[in-house]
Amino acid sequence: MSRITREEVANLARLARLDLAESELDEYAQQLEIILESVAKVGEVSTKDVKPMSHATGLVNIFREDVTKESLKREEILRSAPASEDDRFRVPRILDEE
Amino acid sequence: MSDLTKLSAVELSSELNKGSVSAVEVTKAHLDRIDSLDKSVQSFLHVDKTGAIKQAEEVDKNRKENKKVSSLAGVPLALKDVLTQQGVPTTCGSKILEGWIPPYDSTVVKRLKSAGIVILGKTNMDEFAMGSSTENSAYFPTKNPWDLTKIPGGSSGGSSAAVSAFFAPLAIGTDTGGSIRQPAAVTGIVGAKPSYGGVSRFGLVAFASSLDQAGPFARTVLDCAMLHEVMAGHDPLDSTSINQPVPDVVSAAKLQDVKGMKIGIIKELGGDGWQTGVLNRFNESVELLKSMGAQVKEISIPHSLYALATYYLIAPSEASSNLARFDGMRYGLRVDDGNLSAEEVMNKTREKGFGKEVKRRIMIGTYALSSGYYDAYYAQAQKVRALIAQDLTNAFKEVDVLISPTSPTTAWGLGERVNNPMAMYLADLATLPPSLAGIPAMSVPIGLADEDKLPVGLQIVAPFMNDDRMYRVGGAIEASLKTKWNGLLIDQAPALGGAK
Repeated sequence: MSRITREEVANLARLARLDLAESELDEYAQQLEIILESVAKVGEVSTKDVKPMSHATGLVNIFREDVTKESLKREEILRSAPASEDDRFRVPRILDEE
Repeated sequence: MSDLTKLSAVELSSELNKGSVSAVEVTKAHLDRIDSLDKSVQSFLHVDKTGAIKQAEEVDKNRKENKKVSSLAGVPLALKDVLTQQGVPTTCGSKILEGWIPPYDSTVVKRLKSAGIVILGKTNMDEFAMGSSTENSAYFPTKNPWDLTKIPGGSSGGSSAAVSAFFAPLAIGTDTGGSIRQPAAVTGIVGAKPSYGGVSRFGLVAFASSLDQAGPFARTVLDCAMLHEVMAGHDPLDSTSINQPVPDVVSAAKLQDVKGMKIGIIKELGGDGWQTGVLNRFNESVELLKSMGAQVKEISIPHSLYALATYYLIAPSEASSNLARFDGMRYGLRVDDGNLSAEEVMNKTREKGFGKEVKRRIMIGTYALSSGYYDAYYAQAQKVRALIAQDLTNAFKEVDVLISPTSPTTAWGLGERVNNPMAMYLADLATLPPSLAGIPAMSVPIGLADEDKLPVGLQIVAPFMNDDRMYRVGGAIEASLKTKWNGLLIDQAPALGGAK
C-alpha cells in the first residue's frame, strides 16, 4: 500500500476539478490514506471467475419509443442558471484568445 | 379533537374521511408545531406553508365535491431535500445548489401529489446524502428529538427527526447505504428501503445510482406500508425501475402473524464492538419472534465482512462521476470574477460549493477509478459485491427473512465523529449488505438501550421484490411490543420544549 502524498492528493483534486487550498492537502492525505487502507480489504477476497456486479436488477437496455414530447420550459430552466443571455446559458471563456 | 399531530396517518385518514376534521386544519396543526418547536430540532431546510395549505385546500374541496380521493389524502408529509419538487428549493444540503428552483417534479413527488398527500417542506440531510449524522449538511446539523445533544442519524436525519418530533406523521428519505434505516433506528421510528428499482429515481438527485433508493418513514409499520404503496411502482422515466406489481406491503403490515416463518439471524452482524444495550434489545426481539411461532436460526453471510470496504469504493466511485454535473455552468453556484477560464470557474465553484465529506468521497472515487488502481479497487469491489449478493441469495433458500440490529450503536453525541470519517462509516455496517444486493430492508423500533435510554432498531431484510415479508415481520413485532409498552416506543420520547 503506497502512502498517499500531498502530491497525489493534488493530482486527484486536479482530476476531480477541485481547487483545494494548500492547507487541505495534508488533512486529505492523512484521511484518504486511512480510508484507502481500509477499503483495500476487498483485495483479500478471492474473486477468480466472479462476474462483476454493476447493479441489482439485471435489467439491460431499456428502450422507449422515440416520440416527440413537450420538454421543460426554457425560461424556467434559465431562471436558475448562474448567467444567461439570448435564451441560452452564458458560460465563461472556453477558448484562449489568439 | 385531541392533538392532531399525535395521530398516525391511518388515524388522520379516518378522521378526514369522516369529515370530523379538514385537511387544512391537519396541515395547520403540523405547521404550528413546526413553527414553535423546529427551532430546537432544525429538521427542515425549507417549510412551504403556502404550498402546503394550498394542497390541503384542494383535498378539502375534492372531498366536499365527493370526488374520489386516496386514503392518505390530506395527510401531511416531510420530504427529504434530495427529491425535486417543482417551484420549491432543492439544495441536497449543499451550498452548490443554494437557490436552485427545480423546474419539474420527481416521480415520487408526482405520486404524493396525486394521492393528495400534503408536502409540508424539505428536510435537512447530509450533503448529497453522504453521511450518517446529518452533520454534513452545509446549513446546520439536525438534532435528535430524544436528546437534543445527539445526532438524528443520516443522511435522512431531517426526515427521521421530523417524524419523531411529531412535525409530520410521514416522511420520505433516501437510502444508499442505510440512510433511511439508521436514522429510523436512532430516532425510534419505522423506516424502509424498498427493493432497488421498486421506487422511481426520476428527480432524485443522484449520489450512487446503483444503490440510491427512496423510501418511507413513519411512526407505525402500517403507515410506512401505506406510504410505500403510494411511492412505489413502475416508471418509464427511470430505466432501472422494475416493471412488476408492487408487493402487497399494506396487507402484510396488517397480518401481525409470523407463525411458521423462517427467520435467519445474520451471524456476522453483532458481537464485539457492538453496544451491549443494542445487542440486549436485539436478543429480546429474537426471543419474541420465537414466542410468536417463528423458526429462528443463525445464518452466515460470510462476505458481509467486506461490505464496508466494498461500499466505500463503489458509492464514492459512482458519486465522483455523478457529481461531475455540478460545474457551475447550468444551475446552482458559480464562482467567477469575470476573468477566469471555464476550467478555473469549475475548480473554484466546486471547491467553494462542496463540503469536506463530499470532496473526500469525490477524491476516493476518482482514485478508485483512475488507471492503475481501477482493477484493484473498483473492479474488485464490484466482484465482491456479487459475492455478497450471492451469499444473501443463498441464505434466502433457507429462510424467509434475515434480521440484525440496524446499527451497532444508538445515537452518538453531535460532533463526536465529525473528524473521524471511518468511525462515521461504521454506523452503516449492518445496513450495507442489503444495499449492495439491492434487496429490501427496514428498521423497526425494539426498545431503548440500557446504558443511554436511546432507541434501538431491528433490521429486517427480505428477498428482492418481496418487500411484503419485512412488513409482515415488522408489523407483528410492533403489535406485540405495543401491547407490552401500552403504546409505541415513540410515545416514550421526552416532550420537546416542555410542550405536551
